[in-house]
This record gives sequence, structure tokens and C-alpha cells, in this order.
Amino acid sequence: MIDLVFLIVFPLIAAVLLLVVSKDSIRDALVKISALLIGIVSLMTLFLYYNTGALYFPVGYQQVSQIIFLVEVFLALFILYLGIKYRKSLAVVLILVQLGLLAYFEMFCSEALHAVQNLFIDQLSIIMALIIGIIGSAIAVYAVGYMGTYHRNHPEVQDRRRTFFFMVFLFISSMFGLVFSNNLIWVFLFWELTTVCSFILIGYSRSEEAVNNAFLALVMNLLGGIAFAGALIYLAGIDPSGNLFEINQLISAGQALAIVPAVLISFAGITKAALMPFSSWLVGAMVAPTPVSALLHSSTMVKAGVYIIVRFSPVLSGSFEGLIIAMIGGFTFLLASAIAISQSNAKKVLAYSTIANLGLIVACAGIGTYKLVWAAIMLIIFHAIAKSLLFLCVGTVENRIGSKDIEDMAGLIVRMPKIAVMMFIGIAGMFLAPFGMLISKWVAIEAFIDAPFGIIFVTILAFGGSITVLFWSKWMGKIISITQYGKRVEGNIRSEKWFVLYLLTSLTVLVCLIFPLISSVLIEPFVLSVYGFTTRLAQDNIMIMVMMLFLLMIMPLSMLFYRNGAKELPPYMGGRPTTPDMKFAGSMGIVRESSFSNYYFEQYCGESRLLMAGTGLCLGLILIGATLLLGVIV
Amino acid sequence: MISILNAVLFIILAPLIGGLIAGIDRKITARMQGRMGPPLLQPFYDVAKLFEKENVVVTPSQNYYVLSYIVFIAVSGALFFSGGDLLLVIFAFTLAHIFLVLGAYSTNSPYSFIGAERELIQIIAYEPMIILSAVGMYMVTKSFFVSDIMNSPIPVIVYLPGIFIGFLMVLTIKLRKSPFDLSTSHHAHQEIVKGVTTEFSGSGLGKIEIAHWYENVFLLGFIYLFFAFNPVIALAAIIVTYLIEIFIDNTFSRVKWQYTIKSAWIVAGTLGIVNLAVLYYLSGVMG
Amino acid sequence: MSYMKKSPWIMHYDASSCNGCDIEVLACLTPLYDVERFGIINTGNPKHTDIFVVTGGINEQNRAVVKNIYDQIPEPKVVVAVGICATSGGVFRECYNIMGGIDKIIPVDVYVPGCAARPESIIDGIVTALGVLEKKRQLMKEPAGKTDVTGGEKK
Repeated sequence: MIDLVFLIVFPLIAAVLLLVVSKDSIRDALVKISALLIGIVSLMTLFLYYNTGALYFPVGYQQVSQIIFLVEVFLALFILYLGIKYRKSLAVVLILVQLGLLAYFEMFCSEALHAVQNLFIDQLSIIMALIIGIIGSAIAVYAVGYMGTYHRNHPEVQDRRRTFFFMVFLFISSMFGLVFSNNLIWVFLFWELTTVCSFILIGYSRSEEAVNNAFLALVMNLLGGIAFAGALIYLAGIDPSGNLFEINQLISAGQALAIVPAVLISFAGITKAALMPFSSWLVGAMVAPTPVSALLHSSTMVKAGVYIIVRFSPVLSGSFEGLIIAMIGGFTFLLASAIAISQSNAKKVLAYSTIANLGLIVACAGIGTYKLVWAAIMLIIFHAIAKSLLFLCVGTVENRIGSKDIEDMAGLIVRMPKIAVMMFIGIAGMFLAPFGMLISKWVAIEAFIDAPFGIIFVTILAFGGSITVLFWSKWMGKIISITQYGKRVEGNIRSEKWFVLYLLTSLTVLVCLIFPLISSVLIEPFVLSVYGFTTRLAQDNIMIMVMMLFLLMIMPLSMLFYRNGAKELPPYMGGRPTTPDMKFAGSMGIVRESSFSNYYFEQYCGESRLLMAGTGLCLGLILIGATLLLGVIV
Repeated sequence: MISILNAVLFIILAPLIGGLIAGIDRKITARMQGRMGPPLLQPFYDVAKLFEKENVVVTPSQNYYVLSYIVFIAVSGALFFSGGDLLLVIFAFTLAHIFLVLGAYSTNSPYSFIGAERELIQIIAYEPMIILSAVGMYMVTKSFFVSDIMNSPIPVIVYLPGIFIGFLMVLTIKLRKSPFDLSTSHHAHQEIVKGVTTEFSGSGLGKIEIAHWYENVFLLGFIYLFFAFNPVIALAAIIVTYLIEIFIDNTFSRVKWQYTIKSAWIVAGTLGIVNLAVLYYLSGVMG
Repeated sequence: MSYMKKSPWIMHYDASSCNGCDIEVLACLTPLYDVERFGIINTGNPKHTDIFVVTGGINEQNRAVVKNIYDQIPEPKVVVAVGICATSGGVFRECYNIMGGIDKIIPVDVYVPGCAARPESIIDGIVTALGVLEKKRQLMKEPAGKTDVTGGEKK
């Protein structure tokens, strides 16, 4: 148990230290050492607990509960202060509502509560802890180098790196708390903490856009927070003894008792995971420095949202409310993928792809058969790794060439070969066989066929999957096109950045190689313990996938064979003699420059149009769900 | 469950069969146009000649992509004929095609570039229907493994008429036949020179051609699955289907990419899904 | 055994021809003459081409284009000049902007005269070109130093 407490408390201590230390070099060292420690300890949890099943630890409640309440009130007052300062009335109203709910809960319900087993660990928690501990802290290390460059390139932004790293480590701490807490009241605290952390990190630059987007994120997450608080009050109402506040007891209490809180908390999860209609906050969060985006998208924040839905999927499974949640996820997957086609800003493409994948995870968890939960957990793992890699690659490119537009990345393989190869692997990891995401999509298709109403989701996956192919491949094509005029500009990237990039790249490949092991050690026991059944890929298929992966890895060796000997000619330009930088003589002797850009299908996949459709569709679904829920409560 | 022998047989025989089919195709096309047409073995002559020619490239990395293309096409096809998982086969084919597209992108040539974009459009046009076909087969035979579908006594076609028509529709795209020969074809030169293959020559182009043969054999094998309960009917169906494809090729003019994707998706979205929904309903009623 | 002769792919370029010869070149593809009988395909892409068929006398505007296309054709390759303008400039020979024949710009292997050249003679020219193509292929295969040793066997 001590390591669980360590993982929650240590980042907190590190965060406070980072807030105090003002010297750059000491802070950098501190970040690296803390990240290393967190990484090691989270790996330790894997080796200590992988075969112990779910373990529950009693932690004294009475003492902690007062602190928790105080922290929550402090957070609320802090938001209230900022809300008033920036005159954001909606945020003020929402936080007042939440404060009211909290006060009500504290006054009338908390007296008799005595949930005992407040901390726990099981295989799902281990997986989440590894993602947070390894990827989260790797991003923190990367941020050391990035933020230095960021402040050199953006002199207008006030240097608040102390707050920045404080928030990053607080974020990591609260994520650990979230995945290790068995008590819903504790989960709620950490839930609110992640909301506040993301709020401050998004608003880091304090530009008008950043502040607005930060408040957008805040408002949407507060909506979820209110639903969460509602779930707590409801639970206190039906079970004054407080046993049901323990997640494991709540889940085993059965659908009749647990469905209302499960749906309310899943709604909170939907806001946090930025599914439609709440997707705009995650896209808006792009104004933050790139490590923040990487953090929000891969290991923290949105993963908290899907984690809690996966946690509750046994309750949702088979219910009509679960179907509605799954449909919100499914439509989000389809529409967000389509919107990604129309974007040329790399970070926005990544953002919409994140939203799409989270939608898919929620779709799996909402239907919640054992196979689908398996697929959902696989998706969480693969997505976290590949997406963090991609964000950090884009961040590095942006620092170097000053643009995050995909069109400006033409010929990246010539200009920044190593980064381009890493980006290539990251993109391949997102959609190609035999890499990770595709394995999960494949299992999801198979599992949806046998699930109730699965036909809807099979269709969504068939169409959505092919859309994904389009926007990833055209990006891939852009970075690997060989521009004859490109100059290499890869030098002078700090070594810890390289370290993190190499680490994530090798993780992307490694996880594909050892996914059967991950499945058998962590995911299958978890699914088995929850459902009594489990699933895995057929042995033959795993063999074939591994063979394909090896084939993919040895194919580049053929480049050595082709390197010399072949005659090289410029591309065919309709017979016009063309210079290496693609200029040619047009009519009347005018020199023309040729440039080409990808298709974006604005007329079909325009952002505003599809967002409107998605918002309408998903809002309608939420309303139906809310009506159903009211029916259950009343 | 996986038969290595079949895989080896496929890798050796498929180019021969595929080339022969291409030869027959050209002969019949010529006859439909009132011409003599080339010799039956002309496709083999063409490819043999390409290997005798110099391989001129814009960038040496092209060779790598095209090699990966043919290797993965062969692997995917072998996986299909050895009785592997249908979905994995489909994903492996997508991977192979992405290599072709990347090869075209890597040249940084305008004609290749637009060909690559159109190839991607084709991929997203046919992919949903192919996946729905595999799903339909699973719903009928309760297995994704080709070997199980092959040995199933159930007449799959009876349950999947809508899926089959939808599959024929996207087959035209996959065979690179008019009206959907957007990205490259044997006759596309007025519009985009040769699309994806513009910058490939000599042995590189030869490999693309052979890969295309491999793929055609796989596609015809896919048709076989619909009729696997009776090999004679299956062979007849393959022949009739291919003749229809040749006829369509010769009677339609090329359409815009917008029309391609719309029509493919509408067919997949109506015929395919309605077919699946009926199956779903029936299985609910019966099971 | 070589397949070069069995599968000649051509590229046709109109270098300021009056379109007379071009129509005749296209006539070869029609059912009446059907050059696909010999495996001939009009590819329209220099990188796929074996035989470069040029019509017209070449003017200032397209001399660079002809040179560029010729350079982009992979070895072995032959050039067939179709029509009297392509062989010598024809009636335009004295014009201020006419080069006067393809061979002023790129080496020509076969000349097909005529104004316009008849389909039969065009086909004949291309079949003649096949012989040249095969010879060039053999030359290409031989290492430069050994040409003298095997030179005696060639016809």
C-alpha cells in the first residue's frame, strides 16, 4: 500500500518543491529526478501487484474526509475568484451550484458515512498507473527542454515555469489518486483537481484566447463535476451507511441500484473525455504549450474520463442508458474522424483523432461486453503511447520550423529525418496493421457483432475506420515526400528531448510486440475478474501479426540495397524542364513555382458543419438519457 | 487452421493465374471493341519487358515502398488462401495499399501526388463495403476464418444478396476498372498521366503490375466465398462476375471522385446495412 | 529470349505538327489497324515508354519539352520521327521558328516520311524500331569493355 500512497503523495511534494525553487538548473534536475522516481515506482506496482488480483486497503476516513472537504471548498473558491476576476458568469454560476451541492452533501449526508477501503489496486489501475507514471513523467521531462525554447520564441508570455511544473506534477498526483481511489468521494476530489489543473495549464499564456479556452474547458468540466456531485448525493440518499461509496461494492450491488450513479458519473466522464457535444474544450486546449496538449491527450485528463466509464461498464452493460452512452461515443468517433480530414493544423488533427478514439473507447465501454472492455483497455494503452509520441514530435517540429501546419511539413524526412521517422511510426501506430490501435478496432468489430444493437457500431467502425485511413495517410505522405531542396535542420535538439522521443517510439513498437503478454498478464485477469469470461486474439493471428511486424522492421533494410546504382531523374512535369525546387518556365517566360497540397474536403467535412451535426445528435442522445434517468429516479 | 501449402501455392501460382486473367481481359475487351487484341500472354510479355528495362527513379526510397507493397500484397493474399482471419486479411491489404500510396507521395511529383490522393479516396470508398462483407460472412457462418467459411455448407449468397451486389460495386474500384479508375489505369493518361504509377518505371512498375495480379486473384477468391457451398457454381459465378466487370469497363466513362465515393458509400450504406440488419433481425428471431 | 520486341509501349508527342500525322497515329489505335495486336500501348508517360513517337518540325516553344521527355525515358529507348515535318521540317523547314526535324534536338532512329504519314507506314516504322530497340537492349546489357569481344557476333 505504501507505494500507492507514495505515487499520490510524492508528485505532490515534488510539485510544491518545484513551486518554491526558482533556479532553472535545480528545477530541471528536480523534474528529471522526480519523473524517474515516479516511473520506477509505477513499474514497481506492476511487479508487486500484477498477480494479486484486486487488493483493497483501509485508510482512516474521518481524518482525511475533513481535509478533502476543505480542499474542495478551497478549489471552488479559487475558481469563483478567477471567474469573477475574468467576468465569466457561466463559470461562476456553475461553481456556485457545485459549491451548494457540496455543502448540502457535507451537511446532510456525510455524517453517517464510513467507507473504509478507500484505496485499491487492480490490473486496470496498474495499467493506468503505468500510463501516468511512464508517459506522464516522460512528458514532464520533455517539457523541461520545450518550455525553455517556448519562452525564447514567445517573449510576450510571462515566464511562469514554476507554476507550470507545479501544475504538471499536481496533475500527475491527482491522476494517480483517481485511479487508486476506491472511495467515490476521493475520486471526486481528484476529479476536480484534474479539472483545475487543466484549467490553469490551458490558460498558461494568459492571452485572451488562452483564457477563453481555459474557461471553456472549465465550464464543460464543471458540468461533469455537478453530475458527479449529484451521483454522490443520490448514493448517500439510497444508502446512508455509505458502503456504496466504495466502487467495488457499488458495481457488485447490481444494475438496479448502481445505474443512476453510474450514468451520472459516465456523463462526467463524457465531459472530461471531450466527447461531442463537449469536444470543443479539447480542441480549444490546443492554445496551451505542446507538452500540455500531450499530457491532456495521452496520459491524463481525457484518460480519466474514459477510465471511469470503463470502470462502470459492467453496470452500464445491457442497459438502455449504456446504449445511449455508447452511441454518443460512436457518433463522436465517426464525426470527429471526418472533421480531422478537413484540418491542416497538425495539433488539431491530433485533437480530433483523440476525440474520435475516446469516442470509440466509450462506445466499447458503454456496450460493455467482456470482449469490448478488453478492446477498450487496449485502445487506452495504445492511444496513450502513440498520441504522446505524436504530440511531442509535432512540438519538436514546431520549435524548429516554426509551424505546425501539415502542409509545411512537406519533405520533413529530408529536413528532420529522425523526427520524421518517429512521427511516421507514431502515425502508423494509430491506424495501420499490425500496430496497436488497429488490433483494438479489429477486436471491437468482432465483439460488436455479437453485442445488442451491435450492427450500428459495426457500421460506424467500418466507415469511421476508413475515414481514419485517409487523414493519417495523407499526413504520412506529406512528411515522407522527398523534396530535393530540403536542408537538414535537426541539430541542437536537447538530449532529454531525444531521450523522451526515443523512449516513446520504442514503446510504440514494443507494445505491439508484447501486447499478447500485456493482454494475458493484465487485461485478461481484469476482464475475467469482472465478467467471469475473458477473450484474447487467436494464437494464429498473433503469430501472423508478429511476423508482419518483423517483416515491416526488416523491409527498410532493402534501402541499403537500393541506395546506389539506380538512375535518378526529376519528376515528370508534363515535359517542362524543372529546377530541383520545382520551378519551371511558364508561358511568356514567367517563372512559375509549383506547390501542391492535400485534399481537405472542406465542403463535406467542414468543421463547423459536422460539429453542429454532432452537437445536435449527441445533445439529443444526452437528453434522452437524462429523461430515462429521471424516470428511474422518480 | 492455417495451411502453409496453400500459402506457398498462392505465392507461386497467383501471378500466373492473375496474368492469364489480365490477358483474357484484354482479349475480350478488344473483341468487344471490334479489334483483334493482343496475344493472350501479352501481360506476361509486358512485365517481362519491364524487368528488362532500366529502373529510373526520382528517389531511391520509391523502390523500398514498392517492394513493401508487393511483399505485403503477397502476404495478405497468402493469408487469405491459407484460411486466415478475413478481417486481418483486409487490414493487411490496406497496409499494402498504403505502401503504394506512400511510394507515390515520396516522389514529390504532381501527377503522382494527385494519383496518391485519389488512391486514398478509392481506399476509403471501398473499405467500408469490404469490411461489411466480412461481417456478413461472419454472421452467416459464425466464423471470420476463411477456412471455416470455405467449408461451411451454408449457401452464403442466399443470406447476403445485398452484400454481394455491394461487393460487386466496389470490385470495380478495386480492379481499377472504368468508371472508377481514378488513380491509375491502362487508359488514364489524358487526365493525370498515370496517377500513382507515373514515376515508376522498369522493374518497379513491373512489381506493381504483379501485385495487381495477386490482388485480382484474391478478389476473385473473395467472390468464391459467397458460393463456397458449391465449387461449380462458385467458378461459374466468378467467370460471370468478371465478364460483367469487363462489360462495365467498356461501357462506362470515368466519373469524378466525388461520384465514386458517394455511390460506393450509398451502396454500402443501403444494400450492405439493410442486408446485415435483416440478418441481425433473423438471428434474433431464430436464435 | 527478349520480350522487348513483344511489348513496345509508345509515347506520342506533337511537336508543332499540323495534326495531320497525329490523326494518323491515333488511327493506328482504331479497330481497323489495331496496333495492340503487337502489344503496342500508347502510354502517355515518358517513364513507361520504349518508343518515342514525335510528329511535327519542333519550334522554339517545344524544343526543351522534346529534349526533357526524351531524357526521362528509361533505357533502352528509340525515337521514331513520323511525317515529313518530323524528318526534315517539311514545307515549314524555312520558317523562322522551326528547328527543321527532330534530329536537330534528339537522336532519331527511324524516319517515317509522308504528309501525312499513312497508318501502314507508321506501323511499319514502329516495327522497324523494334529491331533497333532490341539491338540497344543487347548493347545495354554488355559491359562497356566487352563490346569488342562479342561485337563480331552481332549483325
